[in-house]
Amino acid sequence: MTTRFLNEHGRRRLQRVGQYVVSYGFTAIWLIPFIGLVATSVSPFREVIRGWWNVDLSNLSLENYFGAWNHTSAPISDGVVNSLIVTFPATIVPIVLGSMAAYGFLRYRFPARNTLFFIMVLLLAIPQYTIAVPLFQMLSDMNLINTFLGLIIMHSAWGAPWVILFMRGYFSTLPKEVEESAQIDGAGPLSVFFKVVVPMSWPGMASVFALQFTWVWNDFFFALITIYDHDMMLATQRIPLMRGEFQVDWGVLTAAAILTTIVPLVVYMTLQKYYVKGFIGFASK
Amino acid sequence: MTKRRAELAHAAVFVVPAVVLVAVFIVYPALETLRLSFFDADDNFVGLQNFVQVLASDDTLNLDRFPNTYPAWGSLIHNAVWILIHLPVTVLLGIVLATLLHNLRGGAAIKGIIFLGVVIPMIVGGVLIRFMFDSGAGIVPNFLEAIGFEGVVTRSWTAYPQTSLMALILGSILLWTGFSLTMHSSGLSTIPKELYEAADVDGAGTLVEFFRITIPMLAPVTTVVIAMTLLWEIKIFDIVYAATRGGPGGSSMVLSLQMYNYAFRALEQNLAATVGVLLAVFTGLVGIWLMRRNAKEVNG
Repeated sequence: MTTRFLNEHGRRRLQRVGQYVVSYGFTAIWLIPFIGLVATSVSPFREVIRGWWNVDLSNLSLENYFGAWNHTSAPISDGVVNSLIVTFPATIVPIVLGSMAAYGFLRYRFPARNTLFFIMVLLLAIPQYTIAVPLFQMLSDMNLINTFLGLIIMHSAWGAPWVILFMRGYFSTLPKEVEESAQIDGAGPLSVFFKVVVPMSWPGMASVFALQFTWVWNDFFFALITIYDHDMMLATQRIPLMRGEFQVDWGVLTAAAILTTIVPLVVYMTLQKYYVKGFIGFASK
Repeated sequence: MTKRRAELAHAAVFVVPAVVLVAVFIVYPALETLRLSFFDADDNFVGLQNFVQVLASDDTLNLDRFPNTYPAWGSLIHNAVWILIHLPVTVLLGIVLATLLHNLRGGAAIKGIIFLGVVIPMIVGGVLIRFMFDSGAGIVPNFLEAIGFEGVVTRSWTAYPQTSLMALILGSILLWTGFSLTMHSSGLSTIPKELYEAADVDGAGTLVEFFRITIPMLAPVTTVVIAMTLLWEIKIFDIVYAATRGGPGGSSMVLSLQMYNYAFRALEQNLAATVGVLLAVFTGLVGIWLMRRNAKEVNG
């Protein structure tokens, strides 16, 4: 019935070539915008407004990066420092508190345990915007608006439920016998947790660290409603302030965007395995 | 008895700090938002009046303009249109690309590049969209002009109401496809090779194998991807803020940004809370759907 002008081998070969062509075509679609972003950031303004594909390669410079770093109204340098000040504690605190709670939910029986855990799962579906109005009011009553502490507390509370969910799943894969033998040796529950359970859990902790760190660094909304003082603004908050008044200075703006992206990019590249595992584990729970 | 009491004390040490933190800074504000949505600015109970006001507002649903003319159509319709285009495209592209890149030389690097859109701050994603669709510096309008298009698509897409929403939606496909791709790629690696080998023996072609083996075997992953993508689309904020601020003329306004404007620009806390509740209802529905689907899969 079928008229085959190619034999089995030829058909496979053709299919393979097609697979490469389509794959690299799609890759180009994704690569071009990022290449454009980088090309623009190293080109002089007068060339960029004609399109980055027209830039003269002999004029490349890091001038825009210095411009963004030392920007007069929204220097990215201060933004990066402020973001680091917020991101480290806002990553460590929810990981410590959330992991402890996860262990408590897994290993101990106490009243309302399942209800409390179910509430934690429910909270994962709530958008940030749903808590914004009262949260702003509370922080302002506590004099925590325009403070890094306020933002750190918000991120810690916001990160805790998913850390609990993720780490509870991770802890449940650990052998119970090691903990039991440590208990028999007379170690208290906290020292069992920190000296026995935590050291066995580095891969899980690395996943949680990678995701929570990037989430806090990349966050814009919580920072937007907490930090109003220009000097205290985080890196992500400074980017929308960088559009020029009449004409967008794409060179400086793209340089600022890239400078802000470097930190999560480094986290992703160094912890790639854990990052993706965390994403998959988090998403499929 | 004392042993039981000691166990409770130990449990409290582990669980109470996180639970208190979450109760004070998330559960309480969420309940307070729910309360505010049923009260007016003078704290009088008004029933569903805020919801009626929000849903009847042109900010939310503008049925005079939809679907007869270009946006602004209202934030609710914008979010719905966003989902209608973005959800099928990102989910399908993820499945197709995962299959194409599976066992392809350089496939891992390509996946890494496409996943960049998920790693970068969304505010940077917004800048990237504005940049791509800029009439001077952007590739899209210039490319369209070069191949003979005229009119609004050759100008800055984010500056005109006819194109601003579409620019955001198309750009967000670029940013989010990496999620669907990565999830489906890890799903592919769990499909037993024997299934394909058996199909090869039966003489099934690549397309038949794709539809009869790959897609059904990936279904549990696809469910999760659909749910996470819906949540992402409902909560979309940063890229809109960075690229258009919902404009021009509300033509790319979305629910989250509308909530922000009500709360922090118009200082209408109760209306903001109402939009906040609507958002939670939508994300809650997605959460319930996902949980029911997962329960079904576990029970067979």
